Amino acid sequence: MGTKKIKCRSISRGVAQGRVLISHDAISFLGNVDPKTGVVVEQDHDLYGISIKNRVLVFPHGKGSTVGSYVLYQLSKNGVAPSAMINIESEPIVAVGAIISDIPLVDRMETDPYEVLKNDTLVKIDSQTGYVEVLD
Amino acid sequence: MHLTKEEEQTLNGEDGETLQKAIEILVALGDIYGADRLIPIKSAQIAGVSYKTIGDAGLEWISDLEGKVKVPSILNPAGMDLKLWDEMGISPQFAQKQHEIIKAYEKLGVTSKCTCTPYYLDNFTLGYGDHVAWSESSAVSYVNSVIGARTNREGGPSALSAALVGKTANFGYHLDENREPTISVTVECNLSGADYAALGYIAGKTVGSKVPLFFLQNEPEGDELKALGAAMAASGAVALYHVDSVTPDARRMKFEKTDENIIIEESQIREVYDKIPDNTAQTDVDMVAFGCPHCSADELAHIARLLDGKQVEKDVWVCTSREIAERYPQFVDKIEKSGALVVCDTCMVVSPASENYNLMMVNSGKALSYVPSMCKVPARFGSIEECINEALRA
Repeated sequence: MGTKKIKCRSISRGVAQGRVLISHDAISFLGNVDPKTGVVVEQDHDLYGISIKNRVLVFPHGKGSTVGSYVLYQLSKNGVAPSAMINIESEPIVAVGAIISDIPLVDRMETDPYEVLKNDTLVKIDSQTGYVEVLD
Repeated sequence: MHLTKEEEQTLNGEDGETLQKAIEILVALGDIYGADRLIPIKSAQIAGVSYKTIGDAGLEWISDLEGKVKVPSILNPAGMDLKLWDEMGISPQFAQKQHEIIKAYEKLGVTSKCTCTPYYLDNFTLGYGDHVAWSESSAVSYVNSVIGARTNREGGPSALSAALVGKTANFGYHLDENREPTISVTVECNLSGADYAALGYIAGKTVGSKVPLFFLQNEPEGDELKALGAAMAASGAVALYHVDSVTPDARRMKFEKTDENIIIEESQIREVYDKIPDNTAQTDVDMVAFGCPHCSADELAHIARLLDGKQVEKDVWVCTSREIAERYPQFVDKIEKSGALVVCDTCMVVSPASENYNLMMVNSGKALSYVPSMCKVPARFGSIEECINEALRA
Protein backbone atom coordinates (compact mmCIF):
# COMPACT_ATOMS: atom_id res chain seq x y z
CA MET A 1 0.00 0.00 0.00
CA GLY A 2 1.40 3.39 -0.96
CA THR A 3 1.59 6.26 1.44
CA LYS A 4 -1.10 8.86 1.60
CA LYS A 5 -0.41 12.60 1.77
CA ILE A 6 -3.06 14.89 3.22
CA LYS A 7 -2.82 18.65 2.87
CA CYS A 8 -3.08 20.82 5.96
CA ARG A 9 -2.27 24.28 7.25
CA SER A 10 1.16 24.89 8.82
CA ILE A 11 1.18 26.68 12.16
CA SER A 12 4.60 25.80 13.61
CA ARG A 13 7.20 24.91 11.00
CA GLY A 14 9.25 21.74 11.03
CA VAL A 15 9.34 18.10 10.01
CA ALA A 16 8.78 15.16 12.35
CA GLN A 17 7.73 11.54 12.32
CA GLY A 18 6.05 9.49 15.01
CA ARG A 19 3.15 7.36 16.15
CA VAL A 20 -0.25 8.96 16.58
CA LEU A 21 -1.88 9.51 19.94
CA ILE A 22 -5.53 10.48 19.59
CA SER A 23 -7.41 12.70 22.02
CA HIS A 24 -10.94 13.94 21.52
CA ASP A 25 -10.62 16.39 24.41
CA ALA A 26 -9.16 19.89 24.28
CA ILE A 27 -5.92 20.21 26.24
CA SER A 28 -4.86 22.82 28.76
CA PHE A 29 -1.13 22.17 28.98
CA LEU A 30 -1.10 24.10 32.25
CA GLY A 31 -2.70 21.71 34.69
CA ASN A 32 -3.50 18.79 32.35
CA VAL A 33 0.07 17.64 31.66
CA ASP A 34 2.98 17.08 34.06
CA PRO A 35 5.87 19.13 32.62
CA LYS A 36 8.47 16.75 34.09
CA THR A 37 7.10 13.47 32.71
CA GLY A 38 4.78 14.40 29.84
CA VAL A 39 2.03 12.31 31.41
CA VAL A 40 -1.56 13.60 31.33
CA VAL A 41 -2.56 14.08 34.96
CA GLU A 42 -6.10 15.44 34.56
CA GLN A 43 -8.45 12.68 35.68
CA ASP A 44 -11.32 13.80 33.47
CA HIS A 45 -9.16 13.83 30.35
CA ASP A 46 -9.41 10.99 27.83
CA LEU A 47 -5.60 10.66 27.88
CA TYR A 48 -5.41 10.43 31.70
CA GLY A 49 -2.31 8.48 32.74
CA ILE A 50 -0.85 8.38 29.21
CA SER A 51 2.48 9.97 28.20
CA ILE A 52 2.50 12.32 25.21
CA LYS A 53 6.29 12.00 24.87
CA ASN A 54 7.48 11.55 21.27
CA ARG A 55 3.93 11.00 20.00
CA VAL A 56 2.14 12.81 17.22
CA LEU A 57 -0.57 14.26 19.41
CA VAL A 58 -3.93 14.71 17.71
CA PHE A 59 -6.42 16.88 19.61
CA PRO A 60 -9.14 19.38 18.70
CA HIS A 61 -7.53 22.55 20.11
CA GLY A 62 -5.93 24.05 23.18
CA LYS A 63 -7.75 25.68 26.07
CA GLY A 64 -7.09 27.28 29.44
CA SER A 65 -4.29 29.52 30.65
CA THR A 66 -1.85 31.17 28.28
CA VAL A 67 0.88 29.85 30.60
CA GLY A 68 0.25 26.59 28.71
CA SER A 69 2.59 27.92 25.99
CA TYR A 70 5.47 27.95 28.47
CA VAL A 71 4.56 24.46 29.72
CA LEU A 72 5.07 23.12 26.19
CA TYR A 73 8.51 24.75 26.29
CA GLN A 74 9.26 23.00 29.59
CA LEU A 75 8.09 19.64 28.21
CA SER A 76 10.42 20.15 25.29
CA LYS A 77 13.42 21.07 27.45
CA ASN A 78 12.71 18.05 29.64
CA GLY A 79 12.68 15.78 26.57
CA VAL A 80 9.08 14.66 27.08
CA ALA A 81 7.24 16.80 24.51
CA PRO A 82 5.18 15.40 21.63
CA SER A 83 7.19 15.07 18.41
CA ALA A 84 4.44 16.87 16.49
CA MET A 85 0.84 18.01 16.97
CA ILE A 86 -2.25 18.01 14.79
CA ASN A 87 -5.24 20.19 15.70
CA ILE A 88 -8.65 20.49 14.19
CA GLU A 89 -8.31 24.25 14.64
CA SER A 90 -5.26 25.75 16.37
CA GLU A 91 -5.58 28.61 18.84
CA PRO A 92 -2.85 30.95 20.10
CA ILE A 93 -1.83 29.10 23.30
CA VAL A 94 -0.79 25.87 21.59
CA ALA A 95 0.41 27.69 18.45
CA VAL A 96 2.79 29.89 20.43
CA GLY A 97 3.88 27.00 22.64
CA ALA A 98 4.67 24.84 19.62
CA ILE A 99 6.69 27.56 17.91
CA ILE A 100 8.84 28.43 20.92
CA SER A 101 9.42 24.71 21.55
CA ASP A 102 10.28 23.68 17.96
CA ILE A 103 7.34 21.27 17.77
CA PRO A 104 5.77 21.04 14.29
CA LEU A 105 2.05 21.90 14.47
CA VAL A 106 -0.55 21.73 11.73
CA ASP A 107 -4.32 22.13 11.62
CA ARG A 108 -7.24 22.07 9.15
CA MET A 109 -6.31 18.73 7.53
CA GLU A 110 -8.24 18.25 4.29
CA THR A 111 -9.48 14.90 5.58
CA ASP A 112 -10.80 14.59 9.13
CA PRO A 113 -7.81 13.33 11.18
CA TYR A 114 -10.15 11.32 13.40
CA GLU A 115 -11.21 9.32 10.31
CA VAL A 116 -7.84 8.63 8.73
CA LEU A 117 -5.63 8.40 11.81
CA LYS A 118 -5.78 5.77 14.56
CA ASN A 119 -3.72 5.36 17.70
CA ASP A 120 -0.18 4.17 16.81
CA THR A 121 -0.50 4.98 13.09
CA LEU A 122 2.96 6.01 11.89
CA VAL A 123 2.80 9.47 10.31
CA LYS A 124 5.16 12.12 9.02
CA ILE A 125 4.28 15.77 9.59
CA ASP A 126 5.82 18.24 7.18
CA SER A 127 4.74 21.70 8.14
CA GLN A 128 7.35 23.31 5.90
CA THR A 129 5.28 22.37 2.87
CA GLY A 130 2.02 21.64 4.66
CA TYR A 131 1.08 17.99 4.62
CA VAL A 132 0.57 14.95 6.84
CA GLU A 133 1.76 11.64 5.36
CA VAL A 134 0.32 8.33 6.59
CA LEU A 135 3.20 5.84 6.46
CA ASP A 136 1.53 2.67 7.77
CA MET B 1 -0.25 36.65 4.67
CA HIS B 2 1.99 38.97 2.64
CA LEU B 3 5.48 39.46 4.02
CA THR B 4 8.10 41.96 2.86
CA LYS B 5 11.46 40.70 1.64
CA GLU B 6 13.05 41.67 4.98
CA GLU B 7 10.34 39.85 6.92
CA GLU B 8 10.84 36.73 4.78
CA GLN B 9 14.55 36.84 5.55
CA THR B 10 13.86 37.08 9.27
CA LEU B 11 11.44 34.16 8.99
CA ASN B 12 14.11 32.12 7.24
CA GLY B 13 16.49 32.67 10.13
CA GLU B 14 18.85 35.18 8.55
CA ASP B 15 18.56 37.51 11.56
CA GLY B 16 19.12 34.85 14.22
CA GLU B 17 17.03 32.31 16.03
CA THR B 18 15.27 34.59 18.53
CA LEU B 19 13.95 36.89 15.80
CA GLN B 20 13.05 33.90 13.65
CA LYS B 21 10.90 32.48 16.44
CA ALA B 22 9.44 35.90 17.19
CA ILE B 23 8.30 36.53 13.62
CA GLU B 24 7.10 32.93 13.32
CA ILE B 25 4.77 33.59 16.27
CA LEU B 26 3.45 36.80 14.70
CA VAL B 27 2.90 35.07 11.33
CA ALA B 28 1.20 32.05 12.93
CA LEU B 29 -1.20 34.28 14.85
CA GLY B 30 -1.77 36.34 11.72
CA ASP B 31 -2.62 33.16 9.78
CA ILE B 32 -4.96 31.91 12.49
CA TYR B 33 -6.85 35.22 12.54
CA GLY B 34 -6.65 36.03 8.83
CA ALA B 35 -4.22 38.98 8.91
CA ASP B 36 -3.03 40.34 5.54
CA ARG B 37 0.36 41.64 6.77
CA LEU B 38 2.46 42.84 9.68
CA ILE B 39 2.12 46.47 10.78
CA PRO B 40 4.59 48.63 12.75
CA ILE B 41 3.80 49.27 16.41
CA LYS B 42 4.64 52.23 18.62
CA SER B 43 5.18 50.28 21.86
CA ALA B 44 4.66 46.95 23.56
CA GLN B 45 3.48 45.94 27.00
CA ILE B 46 4.39 42.42 28.00
CA ALA B 47 2.37 40.15 30.27
CA GLY B 48 3.83 37.09 31.91
CA VAL B 49 5.88 38.81 34.59
CA SER B 50 4.72 37.56 37.97
CA TYR B 51 6.54 34.42 39.06
CA LYS B 52 3.20 33.37 40.52
CA THR B 53 1.76 33.31 36.99
CA ILE B 54 4.52 32.06 34.69
CA GLY B 55 6.57 29.96 37.12
CA ASP B 56 9.80 28.25 36.12
CA ALA B 57 8.40 27.43 32.67
CA GLY B 58 8.14 31.08 31.68
CA LEU B 59 11.39 32.06 33.36
CA GLU B 60 13.26 29.42 31.34
CA TRP B 61 11.85 30.61 28.05
CA ILE B 62 12.57 34.31 28.60
CA SER B 63 16.08 33.59 29.89
CA ASP B 64 16.93 31.64 26.73
CA LEU B 65 16.07 34.51 24.35
CA GLU B 66 18.66 36.82 22.83
CA GLY B 67 18.55 40.24 21.18
CA LYS B 68 16.93 43.59 21.89
CA VAL B 69 13.43 44.95 21.55
CA LYS B 70 12.89 47.44 18.70
CA VAL B 71 10.20 49.63 20.30
CA PRO B 72 9.68 50.98 23.84
CA SER B 73 8.58 47.95 25.85
CA ILE B 74 7.29 47.73 29.38
CA LEU B 75 6.11 45.00 31.75
CA ASN B 76 2.86 44.03 33.36
CA PRO B 77 2.79 44.05 37.20
CA ALA B 78 5.12 41.60 38.94
CA GLY B 79 4.32 39.42 41.94
CA MET B 80 5.81 41.89 44.41
CA ASP B 81 7.07 45.41 44.99
CA LEU B 82 10.62 45.05 43.67
CA LYS B 83 11.94 47.00 46.68
CA LEU B 84 9.46 46.50 49.53
CA TRP B 85 8.81 42.77 48.98
CA ASP B 86 9.88 41.84 52.49
CA GLU B 87 7.39 44.30 54.05
CA MET B 88 4.66 42.75 51.91
CA GLY B 89 5.28 39.32 53.37
CA ILE B 90 6.93 37.80 50.26
CA SER B 91 9.34 34.90 50.78
CA PRO B 92 13.02 35.33 49.80
CA GLN B 93 12.69 32.32 47.46
CA PHE B 94 9.85 33.96 45.54
CA ALA B 95 11.71 37.30 45.49
CA GLN B 96 14.79 35.61 44.03
CA LYS B 97 12.80 34.08 41.15
CA GLN B 98 10.90 37.32 40.56
CA HIS B 99 14.16 39.27 40.27
CA GLU B 100 15.49 36.68 37.81
CA ILE B 101 12.45 37.19 35.59
CA ILE B 102 12.86 40.98 35.64
CA LYS B 103 16.58 40.68 34.83
CA ALA B 104 15.83 38.35 31.91
CA TYR B 105 13.49 40.97 30.44
CA GLU B 106 16.00 43.76 31.09
CA LYS B 107 18.61 41.82 29.13
CA LEU B 108 16.28 42.04 26.13
CA GLY B 109 16.04 45.82 26.49
CA VAL B 110 12.63 45.85 28.12
CA THR B 111 12.23 48.60 30.71
CA SER B 112 11.90 47.00 34.14
CA LYS B 113 8.88 49.11 35.09
CA CYS B 114 5.93 46.89 35.96
CA THR B 115 2.52 48.45 35.58
CA CYS B 116 -0.96 47.89 34.17
CA THR B 117 -1.24 51.63 33.39
CA PRO B 118 1.71 52.34 31.07
CA TYR B 119 -0.35 55.07 29.38
CA TYR B 120 0.49 57.43 32.29
CA LEU B 121 4.24 57.02 31.69
CA ASP B 122 6.71 58.91 29.51
CA ASN B 123 7.45 56.99 26.26
CA PHE B 124 4.16 55.12 26.49
CA THR B 125 1.57 57.84 25.95
CA LEU B 126 -0.51 57.19 22.85
CA GLY B 127 -2.63 59.11 20.37
CA TYR B 128 -5.77 58.30 18.42
CA GLY B 129 -5.17 55.61 15.79
CA ASP B 130 -1.73 54.49 17.04
CA HIS B 131 -1.06 50.75 16.75
CA VAL B 132 0.53 48.94 19.70
CA ALA B 133 0.90 45.41 21.10
CA TRP B 134 -0.20 45.52 24.71
CA SER B 135 -1.15 42.62 26.94
CA GLU B 136 -2.78 43.55 30.19
CA SER B 137 -6.53 43.34 29.78
CA SER B 138 -7.43 46.66 31.43
CA ALA B 139 -4.66 48.50 29.59
CA VAL B 140 -5.85 46.97 26.31
CA SER B 141 -9.37 48.18 27.06
CA TYR B 142 -8.12 51.69 27.95
CA VAL B 143 -5.94 51.92 24.82
CA ASN B 144 -8.74 50.84 22.49
CA SER B 145 -11.65 52.57 24.16
CA VAL B 146 -10.49 55.68 26.02
CA ILE B 147 -7.49 56.67 23.87
CA GLY B 148 -8.77 55.31 20.56
CA ALA B 149 -5.42 53.67 19.77
CA ARG B 150 -5.47 50.05 18.60
CA THR B 151 -4.31 46.80 20.10
CA ASN B 152 -5.35 43.19 20.42
CA ARG B 153 -5.11 41.51 23.80
CA GLU B 154 -1.65 40.03 23.34
CA GLY B 155 -0.38 37.03 25.25
CA GLY B 156 3.04 37.25 26.90
CA PRO B 157 5.05 35.58 24.11
CA SER B 158 3.21 37.39 21.31
CA ALA B 159 3.73 40.81 22.93
CA LEU B 160 7.41 40.06 23.45
CA SER B 161 7.66 38.83 19.84
CA ALA B 162 6.01 42.04 18.64
CA ALA B 163 8.48 44.05 20.74
CA LEU B 164 11.47 42.20 19.26
CA VAL B 165 10.22 42.53 15.66
CA GLY B 166 8.69 46.01 16.16
CA LYS B 167 5.52 44.83 14.42
CA THR B 168 2.33 42.92 15.01
CA ALA B 169 -0.10 41.07 12.75
CA ASN B 170 -2.89 43.19 11.30
CA PHE B 171 -6.12 41.62 12.55
CA GLY B 172 -8.79 42.01 15.22
CA TYR B 173 -9.00 45.43 16.84
CA HIS B 174 -6.41 46.89 14.46
CA LEU B 175 -9.11 46.83 11.76
CA ASP B 176 -12.05 49.27 11.47
CA GLU B 177 -14.61 46.55 10.85
CA ASN B 178 -13.96 44.87 14.20
CA ARG B 179 -14.29 48.08 16.19
CA GLU B 180 -17.98 48.70 15.64
CA PRO B 181 -20.37 48.12 18.54
CA THR B 182 -22.17 44.78 18.55
CA ILE B 183 -24.34 45.29 21.65
CA SER B 184 -25.78 48.34 23.42
CA VAL B 185 -25.97 48.87 27.16
CA THR B 186 -28.35 51.51 28.45
CA VAL B 187 -27.92 52.66 32.04
CA GLU B 188 -30.98 54.29 33.56
CA CYS B 189 -29.49 55.82 36.72
CA ASN B 190 -26.84 58.42 37.51
CA LEU B 191 -23.37 57.06 38.18
CA SER B 192 -20.22 58.37 39.85
CA GLY B 193 -16.91 57.01 41.10
CA ALA B 194 -16.91 53.29 41.91
CA ASP B 195 -20.40 52.95 40.34
CA TYR B 196 -18.56 52.61 37.03
CA ALA B 197 -16.55 49.67 38.37
CA ALA B 198 -19.80 48.07 39.56
CA LEU B 199 -21.38 48.70 36.16
CA GLY B 200 -18.44 47.06 34.40
CA TYR B 201 -18.59 44.11 36.76
CA ILE B 202 -22.25 43.52 35.86
CA ALA B 203 -22.07 44.38 32.16
CA GLY B 204 -19.01 42.21 31.49
CA LYS B 205 -20.90 39.10 32.52
CA THR B 206 -23.59 39.70 29.89
CA VAL B 207 -21.49 41.28 27.17
CA GLY B 208 -18.80 38.56 27.09
CA SER B 209 -16.41 39.34 24.25
CA LYS B 210 -18.70 41.66 22.29
CA VAL B 211 -18.06 45.37 21.71
CA PRO B 212 -20.56 47.26 23.87
CA LEU B 213 -21.83 50.78 23.21
CA PHE B 214 -22.94 52.48 26.44
CA PHE B 215 -25.68 55.05 26.75
CA LEU B 216 -25.15 56.80 30.08
CA GLN B 217 -26.87 59.60 31.98
CA ASN B 218 -23.55 61.22 32.92
CA GLU B 219 -20.24 61.92 31.25
CA PRO B 220 -17.60 59.74 32.96
CA GLU B 221 -14.03 60.92 33.55
CA GLY B 222 -10.82 59.10 32.64
CA ASP B 223 -10.45 57.20 35.92
CA GLU B 224 -14.09 56.17 35.82
CA LEU B 225 -13.68 54.86 32.27
CA LYS B 226 -10.56 53.03 33.39
CA ALA B 227 -12.53 51.32 36.16
CA LEU B 228 -15.41 50.45 33.82
CA GLY B 229 -13.13 48.88 31.21
CA ALA B 230 -10.98 47.01 33.72
CA ALA B 231 -14.05 45.41 35.32
CA MET B 232 -15.54 44.35 31.97
CA ALA B 233 -12.24 42.83 30.85
CA ALA B 234 -12.26 40.73 34.02
CA SER B 235 -15.90 39.68 34.44
CA GLY B 236 -16.16 39.35 30.65
CA ALA B 237 -13.59 39.49 27.86
CA VAL B 238 -14.24 43.02 26.63
CA ALA B 239 -11.21 44.56 24.90
CA LEU B 240 -13.01 47.55 23.39
CA TYR B 241 -16.09 49.51 24.39
CA HIS B 242 -17.65 52.80 23.43
CA VAL B 243 -19.58 55.40 25.40
CA ASP B 244 -21.98 57.38 23.27
CA SER B 245 -20.74 60.98 22.75
CA VAL B 246 -17.79 60.40 25.10
CA THR B 247 -15.11 57.96 23.86
CA PRO B 248 -13.11 58.95 20.75
CA ASP B 249 -14.43 56.35 18.30
CA ALA B 250 -18.01 57.05 19.39
CA ARG B 251 -17.54 60.82 18.96
CA ARG B 252 -16.12 60.40 15.47
CA MET B 253 -18.33 57.59 14.15
CA LYS B 254 -21.59 58.56 15.88
CA PHE B 255 -22.60 54.89 16.26
CA GLU B 256 -26.32 54.08 16.35
CA LYS B 257 -27.88 51.94 19.05
CA THR B 258 -27.55 48.26 18.07
CA ASP B 259 -30.48 45.86 17.75
CA GLU B 260 -29.40 44.04 20.88
CA ASN B 261 -29.72 46.35 23.88
CA ILE B 262 -29.52 45.51 27.56
CA ILE B 263 -30.75 47.79 30.32
CA ILE B 264 -28.97 48.15 33.64
CA GLU B 265 -30.91 49.51 36.61
CA GLU B 266 -29.83 51.19 39.82
CA SER B 267 -30.78 48.14 41.89
CA GLN B 268 -28.23 45.99 40.01
CA ILE B 269 -25.46 48.50 40.76
CA ARG B 270 -26.48 48.54 44.46
CA GLU B 271 -26.31 44.75 44.63
CA VAL B 272 -22.58 44.84 43.85
CA TYR B 273 -22.00 47.10 46.89
CA ASP B 274 -24.29 45.10 49.15
CA LYS B 275 -23.08 41.61 48.33
CA ILE B 276 -21.50 39.74 51.23
CA PRO B 277 -19.41 36.83 49.98
CA ASP B 278 -20.43 33.35 51.11
CA ASN B 279 -19.34 32.26 54.59
CA THR B 280 -17.95 35.68 55.51
CA ALA B 281 -20.84 37.08 57.58
CA GLN B 282 -18.73 36.72 60.74
CA THR B 283 -15.44 37.67 59.07
CA ASP B 284 -13.94 41.15 59.42
CA VAL B 285 -12.27 42.90 56.54
CA ASP B 286 -8.54 42.63 57.30
CA MET B 287 -7.19 44.20 54.13
CA VAL B 288 -8.24 47.19 52.03
CA ALA B 289 -6.70 47.53 48.58
CA PHE B 290 -6.75 50.36 46.04
CA GLY B 291 -5.11 50.62 42.66
CA CYS B 292 -6.60 47.97 40.39
CA PRO B 293 -5.72 49.18 37.78
CA HIS B 294 -2.77 51.14 39.20
CA CYS B 295 -3.71 54.53 40.64
CA SER B 296 -3.47 57.64 38.52
CA ALA B 297 -2.04 60.84 40.03
CA ASP B 298 -5.63 62.01 40.70
CA GLU B 299 -6.56 58.80 42.51
CA LEU B 300 -3.38 58.94 44.57
CA ALA B 301 -4.19 62.56 45.53
CA HIS B 302 -7.76 61.61 46.44
CA ILE B 303 -6.64 58.76 48.73
CA ALA B 304 -3.94 60.97 50.28
CA ARG B 305 -6.56 63.64 51.05
CA LEU B 306 -8.88 61.11 52.71
CA LEU B 307 -6.07 59.58 54.81
CA ASP B 308 -4.39 62.87 55.74
CA GLY B 309 -3.80 63.05 59.51
CA LYS B 310 -5.57 59.72 60.18
CA GLN B 311 -4.35 56.28 61.27
CA VAL B 312 -5.49 53.09 59.54
CA GLU B 313 -6.46 50.10 61.69
CA LYS B 314 -6.07 47.50 58.94
CA ASP B 315 -3.53 46.64 56.29
CA VAL B 316 -4.04 49.02 53.39
CA TRP B 317 -2.34 48.76 50.00
CA VAL B 318 -2.39 51.62 47.55
CA CYS B 319 -1.06 50.12 44.32
CA THR B 320 0.46 52.29 41.63
CA SER B 321 3.35 52.44 39.19
CA ARG B 322 6.75 53.36 40.59
CA GLU B 323 6.96 56.31 38.20
CA ILE B 324 3.71 57.86 39.47
CA ALA B 325 4.75 57.27 43.10
CA GLU B 326 8.11 58.95 42.46
CA ARG B 327 6.49 61.88 40.69
CA TYR B 328 4.21 62.63 43.68
CA PRO B 329 6.18 62.08 46.90
CA GLN B 330 3.84 64.45 48.80
CA PHE B 331 0.87 62.08 48.26
CA VAL B 332 2.94 58.99 49.06
CA ASP B 333 4.13 60.65 52.25
CA LYS B 334 0.59 61.43 53.45
CA ILE B 335 -0.61 57.92 52.67
CA GLU B 336 2.32 56.25 54.41
CA LYS B 337 2.03 58.47 57.51
CA SER B 338 -1.43 56.97 58.02
CA GLY B 339 0.09 53.49 58.20
CA ALA B 340 -1.06 52.50 54.70
CA LEU B 341 1.48 51.05 52.27
CA VAL B 342 2.09 52.49 48.81
CA VAL B 343 2.87 49.38 46.80
CA CYS B 344 4.58 49.70 43.41
CA ASP B 345 5.29 47.22 40.56
CA THR B 346 2.54 44.84 41.70
CA CYS B 347 -1.05 44.64 42.92
CA MET B 348 -3.47 42.67 45.07
CA VAL B 349 -4.40 40.40 42.17
CA VAL B 350 -0.98 39.16 41.05
CA SER B 351 0.94 39.17 44.34
CA PRO B 352 0.94 35.99 46.43
CA ALA B 353 1.08 38.26 49.52
CA SER B 354 -2.69 38.78 49.13
CA GLU B 355 -3.22 35.18 50.13
CA ASN B 356 -2.30 36.07 53.75
CA TYR B 357 -5.68 37.77 54.30
CA ASN B 358 -9.19 36.55 55.18
CA LEU B 359 -11.42 39.21 53.62
CA MET B 360 -10.42 42.01 51.30
CA MET B 361 -12.30 45.22 50.51
CA VAL B 362 -11.76 46.82 47.12
CA ASN B 363 -13.12 49.69 45.02
CA SER B 364 -12.32 47.81 41.80
CA GLY B 365 -14.65 45.61 39.79
CA LYS B 366 -11.65 43.86 38.32
CA ALA B 367 -10.23 43.00 41.75
CA LEU B 368 -13.70 41.93 42.83
CA SER B 369 -13.69 39.42 39.95
CA TYR B 370 -10.15 38.12 40.35
CA VAL B 371 -9.24 38.23 44.05
CA PRO B 372 -11.61 35.38 45.01
CA SER B 373 -10.50 33.14 42.12
CA MET B 374 -6.80 33.95 41.80
CA CYS B 375 -5.93 34.64 45.46
CA LYS B 376 -8.64 32.47 47.07
CA VAL B 377 -9.58 35.44 49.26
CA PRO B 378 -13.22 36.59 49.39
CA ALA B 379 -13.75 40.26 48.52
CA ARG B 380 -16.27 43.01 49.23
CA PHE B 381 -16.86 46.08 47.14
CA GLY B 382 -17.16 49.75 48.17
CA SER B 383 -16.53 53.29 47.00
CA ILE B 384 -13.15 54.87 47.72
CA GLU B 385 -14.70 56.61 50.77
CA GLU B 386 -16.33 53.42 52.06
CA CYS B 387 -13.05 51.56 51.69
CA ILE B 388 -11.18 54.28 53.61
CA ASN B 389 -13.84 54.23 56.37
CA GLU B 390 -13.43 50.46 56.65
CA ALA B 391 -9.65 50.88 56.88
CA LEU B 392 -10.03 53.42 59.71
CA ARG B 393 -12.56 51.32 61.66
CA ALA B 394 -11.08 49.53 64.66
